[in-house]
Amino acid sequence: MTAQTIKIWDFDGGVHPEENKHQSTGQPIAVANSPEFVVVPLNQHLGSPAKPIVKVGDKVKTGQVIAQADGFVSAPTHASITGIVTEIAEYQVPHASGLTSLCIKIENQGEDEWELLPALDLNSSDEALINRIKEAGLAGLGGAGFPTNIKYLTKDTIETLIINGAECEPYITADDMLMRERAKQVIDGTRIAQKILNAKEVLIGIEDNKPEAIAAIQKAVADSGEQTISVRVIPTKYPSGGEKQLIQILTGKQVPAGGLPSSLGIVCQNVGTVAAVAEAVLEGKPLVSRVVTLTGEALGTQCNLDVRLGTPISNLLQQVKVNQKKLDRLIMGGPMMGFTLPDANLPVIKTTNCILAPTKKELPPGNLFNACIRCGICEQVCPADLLPQQLYWYSKSKNWEQLELNSLSDCIECGACAYVCPSQIPLVQYYRFAKGEIRKEQAEHEKSDNARIRFEARQERLAQEAAEKEAKRKARAEAAAKAKAAKSGAEGSAKPEISDSVKEAIARAKAKKAVTDSASTSNAPALTKEQLEAKWQNAVAKAEKAEARLNDAKENDDPMAVALEKSLAKLKEKALLAKEQLDNFQEPPDKAEPAKVVLTKEQLEAKLKAAQAKLEKTQAKFVEANENNDPMAEALEKSLAKLREKVEAAKAQLDSFNESDSKETQS
Amino acid sequence: MILSQASSPHAKGRMNVSQVMFTVSAATLPGLACLIWFFGWGYLFNVLTAIIFALITETLVMIIRKRPILFYLKDGSAFLTALLLGLALPPFAPWWIAAVGSVFSILFVKHLYGGLGNNPFNPAMAGYALLLISFPVQMTTAWGAPSVMPGHSLPGFFETLQMYLGFAEVVDGYTMATPLDVYKLNIAVQTQAELAMKSEFLAGWLPGWLWVSIAYAIGGVFLIWRGIITWHTPVAVLASLLIMSGLFSWDADIRVPVYLHMLGGATMIGAFFIATDPVSSATSNRGKLIYGAGIGVLTYVIRTFGNYPDAIAFAVLLMNFCAPLIDHYSRPKIYGHEKSVRGYKKEDKA
Repeated sequence: MTAQTIKIWDFDGGVHPEENKHQSTGQPIAVANSPEFVVVPLNQHLGSPAKPIVKVGDKVKTGQVIAQADGFVSAPTHASITGIVTEIAEYQVPHASGLTSLCIKIENQGEDEWELLPALDLNSSDEALINRIKEAGLAGLGGAGFPTNIKYLTKDTIETLIINGAECEPYITADDMLMRERAKQVIDGTRIAQKILNAKEVLIGIEDNKPEAIAAIQKAVADSGEQTISVRVIPTKYPSGGEKQLIQILTGKQVPAGGLPSSLGIVCQNVGTVAAVAEAVLEGKPLVSRVVTLTGEALGTQCNLDVRLGTPISNLLQQVKVNQKKLDRLIMGGPMMGFTLPDANLPVIKTTNCILAPTKKELPPGNLFNACIRCGICEQVCPADLLPQQLYWYSKSKNWEQLELNSLSDCIECGACAYVCPSQIPLVQYYRFAKGEIRKEQAEHEKSDNARIRFEARQERLAQEAAEKEAKRKARAEAAAKAKAAKSGAEGSAKPEISDSVKEAIARAKAKKAVTDSASTSNAPALTKEQLEAKWQNAVAKAEKAEARLNDAKENDDPMAVALEKSLAKLKEKALLAKEQLDNFQEPPDKAEPAKVVLTKEQLEAKLKAAQAKLEKTQAKFVEANENNDPMAEALEKSLAKLREKVEAAKAQLDSFNESDSKETQS
Repeated sequence: MILSQASSPHAKGRMNVSQVMFTVSAATLPGLACLIWFFGWGYLFNVLTAIIFALITETLVMIIRKRPILFYLKDGSAFLTALLLGLALPPFAPWWIAAVGSVFSILFVKHLYGGLGNNPFNPAMAGYALLLISFPVQMTTAWGAPSVMPGHSLPGFFETLQMYLGFAEVVDGYTMATPLDVYKLNIAVQTQAELAMKSEFLAGWLPGWLWVSIAYAIGGVFLIWRGIITWHTPVAVLASLLIMSGLFSWDADIRVPVYLHMLGGATMIGAFFIATDPVSSATSNRGKLIYGAGIGVLTYVIRTFGNYPDAIAFAVLLMNFCAPLIDHYSRPKIYGHEKSVRGYKKEDKA
């Protein structure tokens, strides 16, 4: 066959777990017993849940829309049996985190009446086809449940359509049996997808452990006469059915981290999904049922059933005669990536490809695990080329930075590392935990970032508002000035008038300043001379004290010395200021002297004495200051000169007094 | 009905830690058999003594640490550590050499660092280094003379046991230096041709050592085939040692020749069993290449310029120091990335 001669690539890593597929391939796909009721969840796909459009008590037909798609990434939900809506409520649904979802419960009425959409064909327009796929509620049946129509709406040019029939998970045979029995439907759906995407070639990847499926598909391809579709038989290795891995196997290209396959011109679809596409388009049948593998040694018979969505899993278990004693776990999906169900009453949903009911012996539950010995076997099997044991150590120590450097986000959680781990460490659980924590942290970061941005935006808005207000005010003032100018302009020439007004304003301002100046000068002498003197003495005393402390500090090499020096300088300044004030103060009384000629001789004498005493004191200080090279010396010198003048003046006064006195006595 | 809950994957491979440890242990058996055949029962006694003391120490530590004793004894890690140490010791050394080394390896090098999986250094080699530094006489003069030498026969089982336990003196004729030692000491004053005329070399003393190396290499290839070790570390060790000795020891009249570097000492056990100890070595495939190459280069340098005739232990310990650094700069390229992230990302540096 041509398939074998065409080159295929290999991906790094991978494991070969026991396949156990033979269990469920013994008999053809059977139809599941009609359930008494179905519970149809409204979030069987990725994206926002569908919105219910029926009420309790409504009679619905199979295929009738009971909930509408809500938003772009969403899918409608259809009644999977004919009956009466009895409840619209939250139910627990199959989910790795055990979430609940709004569900519509339909009681079976016995007969199965269908409400079909009009059939379309390959010649219908792309738009009609994509619409139909959306109307039919199609979501990826391989596992993630991504709404199918969105994949077809890609803006990238698609060269290659890949149909994923690898089904690499052990135990699961739903796709295998579908390909064996409904190969024509798979190829019909493939051709519809190819037409919509305008893909040049289609590669159907099937693992070589499914020879019957390969033969059936090859026959169907030959029957269709389509030259651009080719079947690629790939070696059995888990996880070759992972989208990224299959793309690498078939094209040798790697999907860029954080990117979509469409950026490489590739779209990948599961065989189950394209079969459903064919049903929806050619028969007008919405997605109301799917093939589910029932397997595991706790079941009486292992087989594949065509199951209406929403059927409680317990119904199916009953049909295949579950052995309750042997049953240990119920796993939705395969033994590598499936998750355990909390109870058997959960409904089958669009992504339920397998219900695995193993015995304890078959899949022994996890136990006490050994320490990681860093053997690195996990590294050899990681299909993403990560270092699982490093991720484990860093997850354990919550070292998010190192996890980022080691690209935890590229982990596809395939479980190959945990499968081979000789220490039986539940590695994937550690990664899920770390991913969750990192997501939480990022959400918090985003929240605080948003808050900061909001706050900054508010500040900016307020500033802008204030600026606008100011601008408006200015504009108003200008307008008013202009109006005034225009008015006066009407009386005479405008320009000099304005300059006059400016001058007036300046004059007004000057006058105002003069008033405040005089006020401040008149305020200053509020202190009496005694007060000023006290102030000065106080300042001097403080400065002296500070100086003593500074000397002390210098002797002891105290680091405070610098600070003390500074404060000393300040104190000295203050003292000078006080002195100056005091000196200035003494002048006005001098000026006012003529009015005070009424001083008695005794008074004058006392004044002279005081002045002399002060002079002596100041002189002594001056000498001292000079000796110490004190900067005060200069000021002291000045005040000394003033004091001398004063003493002279006082002497002169006294003399003149004496003279007049003697004159008086003479006369 | 209560269904048990578990995280995926639910399927588990068949290999567990005990199997890994005992497979490695089994792979040393050809080497051990050769050693006993050529150099006597002393190796068996060393191995047994080391294992007994290691298991006793492990048990005591588990009691102190309040851990399930059997669960940890079963993992076989203490057994393997002791086995590797025992294989590295001279066969005519007294029993307490193996005992001290074994207790030190398990107690100090393994458990004081947190037990299995947490030790930064190779426990067996750290124990060996301790013994070599602390008891140089016992560690360098107690090597065996091979049985294949004409006119020479090995002491019997009970005679060896008596000497081992100290009830009898070790007869001088039974012991001999290792080939690397003899060659290194004598090549300074003799030529290769003169050395080859020496009685030891004539008597086929060398083939004993060569067979041991070959036996270890066979065990190592078995481990690679079983997927327990990858080829990276041993190939890097052997290749770098080959290149170093080929470049600098091409003149056999001056230095120890290439074939003795490769087969005359602990190179093979070092490359396949010691350097591949996963706990203390580098992680990624690329890292293992760097790590192994470092061991090869250091082994040559220490053997040639150092005081010790062999150097695997020191080379491995020195590279243990470097393993975290190597890991930091040797991350592989991940699926979907253009290149690997080595060290910190550029934007993180600022």
